[in-house]
Formats: sequence, C-alpha cells, structure tokens
Amino acid sequence: MTTASPDQLRRMYEDMVTARLYEERLQDEYMEGKRPGFDISTGEIPGELHLAAGQEAAAVGVCHHLRDDDTVTAPHRPHHVAIAKRVDLKRMTAEIFGRETGLCSGKGGHMHLFDPDVNFACSGIIAEGCPPAVGAGLAAKKRNTDSVAVAYLGEGAIDQGGFLESLNLASVHDLPVVFVVEDNDWAISMPKERVTRPDDGSKRADGFDMHGVRVDSDDARAVYEAGGEAVGRARDGNGPTLLEVQVHRRMGHFMGDPETYRPEEDQERAAARDSIDRLAADMREFGIDDQELEEIRDRAANRVDEAVTWAKQQPLPEPEAAHDHAFTNPPEGVTSEEPEFADSGAAAGGDD
Amino acid sequence: MSTPEQEAVGRTATMSDAMVEAVAHEMRADEEVFYMGEDVADYGGIFDSTTGLLDEFGRDRVMDVPISETAYLGAAVGAAQAGMRPIAELMFVDFFGVAMDQIYNQMAKNTYMSGGSFSVPMVLTTAVGGTYNDAAQHSQTLYGTFAHLPGMKVVAPSTAYDAKGLMHNAIRDDDPVVYMFHKRLMGIGWLPAPDGPKTPVPKEDYTIPFGKADVKREGDDVTVVTLGLHVHRALEAAEMLADEGIETEVIDLRTLKPLDRETVLESVRKTGRLVVVDEDYRSYGVTGEIISSVAEADLDSLEAVERVAVPDVPIPYSRPMEDAVIPGTDDVAEAVRSVGE
Repeated sequence: MTTASPDQLRRMYEDMVTARLYEERLQDEYMEGKRPGFDISTGEIPGELHLAAGQEAAAVGVCHHLRDDDTVTAPHRPHHVAIAKRVDLKRMTAEIFGRETGLCSGKGGHMHLFDPDVNFACSGIIAEGCPPAVGAGLAAKKRNTDSVAVAYLGEGAIDQGGFLESLNLASVHDLPVVFVVEDNDWAISMPKERVTRPDDGSKRADGFDMHGVRVDSDDARAVYEAGGEAVGRARDGNGPTLLEVQVHRRMGHFMGDPETYRPEEDQERAAARDSIDRLAADMREFGIDDQELEEIRDRAANRVDEAVTWAKQQPLPEPEAAHDHAFTNPPEGVTSEEPEFADSGAAAGGDD
Repeated sequence: MSTPEQEAVGRTATMSDAMVEAVAHEMRADEEVFYMGEDVADYGGIFDSTTGLLDEFGRDRVMDVPISETAYLGAAVGAAQAGMRPIAELMFVDFFGVAMDQIYNQMAKNTYMSGGSFSVPMVLTTAVGGTYNDAAQHSQTLYGTFAHLPGMKVVAPSTAYDAKGLMHNAIRDDDPVVYMFHKRLMGIGWLPAPDGPKTPVPKEDYTIPFGKADVKREGDDVTVVTLGLHVHRALEAAEMLADEGIETEVIDLRTLKPLDRETVLESVRKTGRLVVVDEDYRSYGVTGEIISSVAEADLDSLEAVERVAVPDVPIPYSRPMEDAVIPGTDDVAEAVRSVGE
C-alpha cells in the first residue's frame, strides 16, 4: 500500500490547483478575440480547446509516481496530465498560444504537446496514444531499464481497437505499462451507458489476463495508492495494469460546446464533487492549516500567471517555418551519393 | 452562381440544412435508411450534419455509436450487404486511419470481389478541411486518398443546392458513396461560412448525377478547377481578377469519382490556361490527376498550367503557418495571373 505522506499531499494539491487554475485561465484567454459571436478560427488561442477541470486527481495520483525517464502519452485533453508530468509550463503555454518558442514550435498545439525532456507525448486521435506507450514499455524491457510507460485515455476510448490491441500486446509480453482511463461519464454527448459495456471499464483487463482496478471515488489519495501499486508493478517487471478512475467533467467537451444534451443535474453533480476540495479537507486533518493551503494556491496562481504572461510575449512563427520539421534527416536519407562498385551490374553495363 | 431555376425556388438554405433535408426525406421514404455515428443523436452532429433527425426518427434510426470506427463502419458495410441503406458518419476524415480496412478492403471492394453478386448501398459521410487551426490530425481533406482507391464514389459539394442533390443520389445509389462535407461550408454558428454555400434549394427532392462538374463562373482567359471550400476562394479571386481584366472560368468538380474530365477539357480548349486548386496535399493528388488528364487527352490545348495546393507537409497548428500552407484567395489570384502572362 502506497499511502501519500503529508508532503506528497502538498505536492499533489499544488499540481491539482495549478491544473485547475490553468484551465480556468485558458477558458478566459480563449474567448479573447472570439466575441461577440463565437468564431473558433479567431482570437489569441487557435483551434479547438479541450479543458480538463475536474480530472486533476487522475493526473497527479499516477504521474507523481513517475520519473522524467518514464513515458506518458496523453489524449486530446492533456493539460492536467502534462502539469503532473512536469512538462515545461511556459513552453507548453506558448505552444497553446501558437508561438514560435512553444514546445513544438507552434506545429502541434494544445492537442499535440510533445516534451522529450520528460518523455511526454500526445495524440489527438482517440486511444491512439496507447500503442506508442506500449512501445515505450517494450523499449524499457528490451534495454532492461526500470522505466515505465503510462497511457491516458478517456472512458469513451476503451471501445477503440487500438486500446484493446494494446492491452493484449502489453499483457502477452508483460510490459511495464499502465493504462489510465479517466472516466468522466461522457464521450462528448454520449453517456457511458449508451455506448459501452461493461459499466466498470477496468473489467476489460480480465479478458487479457492482466490486473484491472477501478477507483470509484475521484479521490487523489485513493488514486495515488492505486497508481503506486500499478506503477510499482510495472517497474518491478510484473506486467501491465489497467486503472480506471472516476473523474468529473466540470466544463464542456470543448470550448463552444453548448452541452444542451447534458442534464443540469449532471452538471451540478459534477461541480459538487470536487477532488481538490476533498484533498484540502484531508490535508487539514493532517494538520496542514488554511494559511498553508492558501500559500500553495497563491504559488500555483503565480505560476499560471507567469506562464501565460510569458507565452503571450512570445513571437508568432514565420509563415515559412511551416516547411520545417517534416523530416529529421534530409529527404535523400543519410547520403546523397550513389555508391560505385567496380564489379556491379551497372558498371558492367547491366550484364548479369 | 445559382441558376434561374434555383433562384425561382424563393428560399435559401445552409449546406447543413440542405444535407439534413435530403437525409430526412430518404428516411421518411424508406425505412431501411438509418444514420449512425458519434454524437449524431442528441448533439445533432458536431458539424450540424444530423440536426433534428433524432427528434423525428428516434434512437433506432439515428444511432449514437461507440468510438469504434472499425466496428460501426464495418457494421454499415454488413447492414448494406444485407440490403439496408445505412449512412455512417466518420466525425473527421482524419480518423479514417483507425478503420481503413473496413473502408477500403471491405466497403470499397466487396462488390467487385463478389463479381457483382453483392452490393454495398451505403453512404460514408465525413467532415473535411482546415482553416480553423485544428492542426495536423483534424484539418485534412484527404480528397486524393479516397479518390485514389477504386470502388468508392466520392463527392465533395460546395453549395447547399449541390449538397442536397448529391445526398439524394448518394443514398439511393446501390454503391458505397463517400460524402465529404467541408466544415467551413456547413453554416455552423462557431465556424462562420463564406456567403457562397448558402444557396436557393428546392423543397422537393432531386438528384444530381455523380461525375458532372459544374461551371460556377464562365470566363475566356483562364480555367480554374477546384472543389469544396476553394470553389468560393476561386470565385472571390475571379471577382478580383475581373477588375484587372482577366476573365476566369471556375469549375467546381463536385464529384471526384467519377471525374468529369470532359468539362475540364472543354474549358481548357477554350482558355488554354489551367490552374488547379486543391486543399489536399500537392503530390499524388487531385492537382496531378486533373493536369495529367488534360495533358493526356489534348496536350496541345495547354499553353500554361499551375497548381495551388497544400505543400507536402502536415497541417501546422499556429495561424501564420496554417495560412501559409492552405491556399488563400490571393494564392489563387496569383496563380491565375502567372498563367495568364
């Protein structure tokens, strides 16, 4: 059992508050320049924006067991996971604002954040971050290191072939991979019960003869315990785990989502179950007082503000930069020279 | 851009309204027609492709499906082979990768491989296109990819009038039809459309044949061949160029498979100058196909040629870079001027 120490609670609280404040700040920033009508193709932040407020516990509870050399793949809703994995917040924010100094030079954007310093990558296609996570686990096993890989996905993604195939591949090779399903009850407008059986997604693990566990409570401490067990199992060479965590979607699927499909009671229920408040209450029981909690919140707020302020001062990329980065090597590969062999068919005039 | 007959209709519709009207008409007429996809029921389609259908037809016929494109697109193939007429929606064309086997090894080939003993009467609807900074995995058109593979009819309307007529034909056709609708043309509240796609649309049902391009603007100097969003950018460029004394003919392909080579050739024989504009990648795509078709059929008719397309890089996220790779009105005008010199 990996019980979180008071210091660990402080660290989780700080990252969770940072992630929440970050999403709330981006929510405001995103609307800049898009009004009076809402035009998605205008404003400071380009493109779609999928915010993760209410899903923080799933991010910190697992990622706080990870080292920089451990790999994380995240889906289209990645900010909270990136923060918990210690992705550079300033450069990530610059990327989201489409700036030249962003993590991906403005090529990727909010759904496609890549930070090799902490082995973090994304895919905007549902469940398609799972196979690369399996690949990171495979590399660790082949090289006999004890690093692990974690793939994040939503509950809607557990119906996707790429996920199911990844479970099998990870299981049959006992790979050090943890699949973390963030169950926020909604695949955009589709409630889980309409599109997925069984209700408890962690049962998918049974069919692949691997460990499966569901944390039903959106509780950072409970996720930390389950995450510690799963990451520890992977690191010790004892194979993969499927971990499903109940979280709550406090915002729309994407900015601009009218959410007309979602009953008001469901929105209220999600808002009422706040894993950050819950963790703060636990911390008070450990003797961490309100003043300290406020200090942590202030620190988080400053960090978010610094990142956003810095990002907005960064230059936009030059249009011509669009042509860079399609390849690492030159198009011709590692050489531009055709070899010459004295006795080759070509030299002999094609006579073989 | 609309004909006198269309004008006489007396009402206009968005492309979304026109598409949905055709689908609803066919669902009323034939109980075997049903629609399935992600977020097509309560949400009404992320890009307004199914607005209001759930209310009229209920969940049996307007089905939300799991995020399992291989399963539900393949299920559409199976239901079609069983004689039903499914319409299955791939939310973004970029997602084709997770289900391509069902699309091109099953849907596209079963008629041929069965020696014609099976038909696959289904429509695969899918949203295409960029211009709103959604980056490399959500902004492609992939016109060339789908048009390249045999066995599918492929349409890409640019106006509400065309969208409705092509949808009626797509649903009634006994072959698989890939119906590619550009997000920017639908008339979605959060993604404002240009003025062009909202056209007069007859209330009654009508069919537009596949493989018939439409000359959206006549001109004697230069031929511009294009489709989808870029029909409107080309028309805008043509207006600019008219002030400079260059008369541009704008051909809207409307259908990629079958391809109306004859209309293109006829126009090039008149103008001698050809510009092909495509929101897909430059190499191995629509631009190359159109130009080589003309060159093959009548090389002497070609005096000058240019293509305007996305250079061979993924679509970048940041606005200055996306604007640089997706052809704009100015890029089209510049190409027309350059072949006109």
